[in-house]
Amino acid sequence: MQLARFHRLKPCYYRLEGTRCAKCQTTHFPPRQRCNQCGATELQSVRLSRRGRVAAVTSIHQPSSGFPKGSQLMAAIVDLEDGVRLIAQLTDVEPEETSVGMAVEMVVRRLRTDNGDGPILYAYKFRPVLKRT
Amino acid sequence: MREVYIIGIGQTPVEEHWDRPLRELGAAATLAAIRDAQIEAPQALFVGNMLSGATCGQENLGTVIADFAGFNGIEAMKIETACASGGAAVRAAYLAVASGAHDVVVAVGVEKLTDLAIEDTTGALAGAADADYEAAHGITFTALNALMMRLYIERYGVRKDDFATFVINAHNHARGNPNAMFRKPVTLEDYARSPMVAEPICILDSSPVADGAAAVVLCSADRARSLCDRPIRILGSSLATDTIGLASRREILRCEAIRRSAQLAYKQAGVTPKDIDFVEVHDAFSIVAALSLEASGFVKDGQAIPFALEGNIDIPGSLPCSTRGGLKARGHPVGASGVYQVVEAVEQLRGQAGDTQVKDCRLALTQSVGGLASVAVTHILGN
Amino acid sequence: MSGEVKLLRTHRPVGITSYGAYIPRFRVRTEVIGACWGVGPERIPVRSKSVPGPDEDTTTMSIEAGWTALERAAVPVEDIRAVWVGSESKPYAVKPTGTMVAEALGLSPYVNAADFEFACKAGSEAMQAAIGFVGSGMAPYAMAIGMDTAQSAPGDSLEFTAAAGGAAYLIGPAETAVCTIEASLSYVTDTADFFRNAHAHYPQHGRRFTGTPAYLAHSLGAARGMLDSLGRTAKDYQWAVFHQPVPKFVRGLAKKLGFTPEQIEPGFLAPYIGNTYSGSSLLGLAATLDRAAAGDRIFFTSYGSGAGSDSMSLIVTDRIREMRMKGPMVADYLARKREIRDYGVYLRHMNKIHTE
Repeated sequence: MQLARFHRLKPCYYRLEGTRCAKCQTTHFPPRQRCNQCGATELQSVRLSRRGRVAAVTSIHQPSSGFPKGSQLMAAIVDLEDGVRLIAQLTDVEPEETSVGMAVEMVVRRLRTDNGDGPILYAYKFRPVLKRT
Repeated sequence: MREVYIIGIGQTPVEEHWDRPLRELGAAATLAAIRDAQIEAPQALFVGNMLSGATCGQENLGTVIADFAGFNGIEAMKIETACASGGAAVRAAYLAVASGAHDVVVAVGVEKLTDLAIEDTTGALAGAADADYEAAHGITFTALNALMMRLYIERYGVRKDDFATFVINAHNHARGNPNAMFRKPVTLEDYARSPMVAEPICILDSSPVADGAAAVVLCSADRARSLCDRPIRILGSSLATDTIGLASRREILRCEAIRRSAQLAYKQAGVTPKDIDFVEVHDAFSIVAALSLEASGFVKDGQAIPFALEGNIDIPGSLPCSTRGGLKARGHPVGASGVYQVVEAVEQLRGQAGDTQVKDCRLALTQSVGGLASVAVTHILGN
Repeated sequence: MSGEVKLLRTHRPVGITSYGAYIPRFRVRTEVIGACWGVGPERIPVRSKSVPGPDEDTTTMSIEAGWTALERAAVPVEDIRAVWVGSESKPYAVKPTGTMVAEALGLSPYVNAADFEFACKAGSEAMQAAIGFVGSGMAPYAMAIGMDTAQSAPGDSLEFTAAAGGAAYLIGPAETAVCTIEASLSYVTDTADFFRNAHAHYPQHGRRFTGTPAYLAHSLGAARGMLDSLGRTAKDYQWAVFHQPVPKFVRGLAKKLGFTPEQIEPGFLAPYIGNTYSGSSLLGLAATLDRAAAGDRIFFTSYGSGAGSDSMSLIVTDRIREMRMKGPMVADYLARKREIRDYGVYLRHMNKIHTE
């Protein structure tokens, strides 16, 4: 990924920033310039909830190029507590430990490193909520 | 808008064309269609293709195909709507004639996918989805379809193995198509043993990566009358979109782009789903075949699998699907598939489908879908 | 050195306002490593060690530990004017980890961010700098992180202990602290007991030279300098935390200074997770703070090869209870375990298999 493109994505990738419509309060992710509910253009940058629940999950056996071999890559539809839905990798969990409805939380992890010596891409992923003893 | 007719079809076999470059495939299909239409040259050329840049380093594909097909100077452009690029090329060609801008045009779909290693093709195809928020995260195109399949199975309580019916059906119909990539039958046992790609989608759920080109000649009513004994009329043509990201949908399983596109086409053609004799759905994955039948109004939501299991999608059934193998068995050179669908529908409507002929067919629906049902092109054809 | 040593004291009183720990989920039993190299369990100093996940590194772990510290502190982010990461496993050889952590935590742009390196004491180095930064009045708060995904050569004895983890400390004014910092002391010489050349994949170590002349000499140098100058002994402290390369070194050092096994127990994590290098003494301190009560005195001495030690004398306040409930504790991370049972899978996690 080009350095400039990654740089633009950082507020989303590192901090899960979306937009909220000042008029109808709809929250969007990815961020938008125009509200897709009411059409307003007065939008504020907001940080999304970091917690949510899994709506569906899949294990990817044929990854795209550039993604590490061997580890089970999992993708899920996550419904955040603030009502925003997004799709992200799951991490820190085995396929047999996943279930629809499981509670997850956002973490920042390595996505990939281009060509082995390129920039390291970090982004949000979701893991089972850490249990507190 | 004027009436539009199809007077010629052409296609290459779908396979790994190690010896044939992109421009040759595109030109070959175009010239075959021109010959079939018995015309000298089109006035415009619309090239459907998704990945010529990524797989062959070639943009400006309209110019390339026009040049190498021997039509230097004509209006030509590349049309891209991901895996629906072929359908969109037909749509653009339709609009060119319907608007009166041209009288005789060609829509050709061409794609070359097999030069790249599979991981690189997977990466390139992921561009059909959201590049920054899905593809960049390593969430492959198959994985996104797998998530839809999971939601479907969860909501309707169907068994994963029941989806095999679409696959078995497609392979069965391909036996009659000499241009199809896979012509051997597939059994339920084959399906159950098939390795996973992105759970629960297995290899046999997924249409194969391949190379190929298909072309159609479209013309106005008076040209059709003078040039052709059995022109096929395009009664409905529409294209609709939805959000690019799967997570942005109001309700993922509704496939609004397919729904909207189908309704517009029915309205324009003045027909309903009941009037359609056979359908070429975008069966890139078995889940998309099921969702397409539902969103296009052929069956109620959640009823596609029982409908298929009852034999309705077979050729002697009430709504034959993928009558020449579909994307699954004929193959899916992505930007070309939408044109293959129209070519195949014309073969059926002309009565040229041999062993796998849909008897007495009058009306066909072809539907080309791109991304995660984020764009859909529907055509209704009649003889 | 005698009581003439001048301790490092700040202009205004400072302390630890909050902290956060991180240990990855994976563990490998060291006997699995030993089995490949013909080393029996009786010759291995720890039973199990922590292993980073394939998508983890010092940056990701620092972000999580830092986030916990932020959540527990509830201070305005604009008041945190530095984030310093000490590590010997920087993801980039040239490009600061601190900037990535600052961005992820929302601390940019009016912030200082840089990386520290001093082998295993890089984390306490960052703490020293933060103590000075805040203590001088330059800034209300500064964050210091010690974190590592320690690398070791296959077949080398370090492979049994080199582990992953660490902690983040938000240093601030004593009025907000869960633990005040009375004084600190650094004891440093140029002693090459363990190092990694720029082009080498793996570090080298001086075997027995790493013991008495290195770990012991510097730890004792800082610790005795601190105790003597304060006029105290081990008995004046409830708890003690030391750098933990192998359990034997820790027990030996504690004994020499007069600390009992009970005093070092809460912070003594090496037997379970191995040596987390720059994270080691900081994780030990976090685990100790997780158990400490108001009024407890904690004695802290780190060690880093190269070589040196930082000693600190700490007093726990009554804010500790409420603060530590607001986020995951070290015990929560210790409880979260996934065994790697295969040496090959362990090597893949550690990127020790060259595929090109």
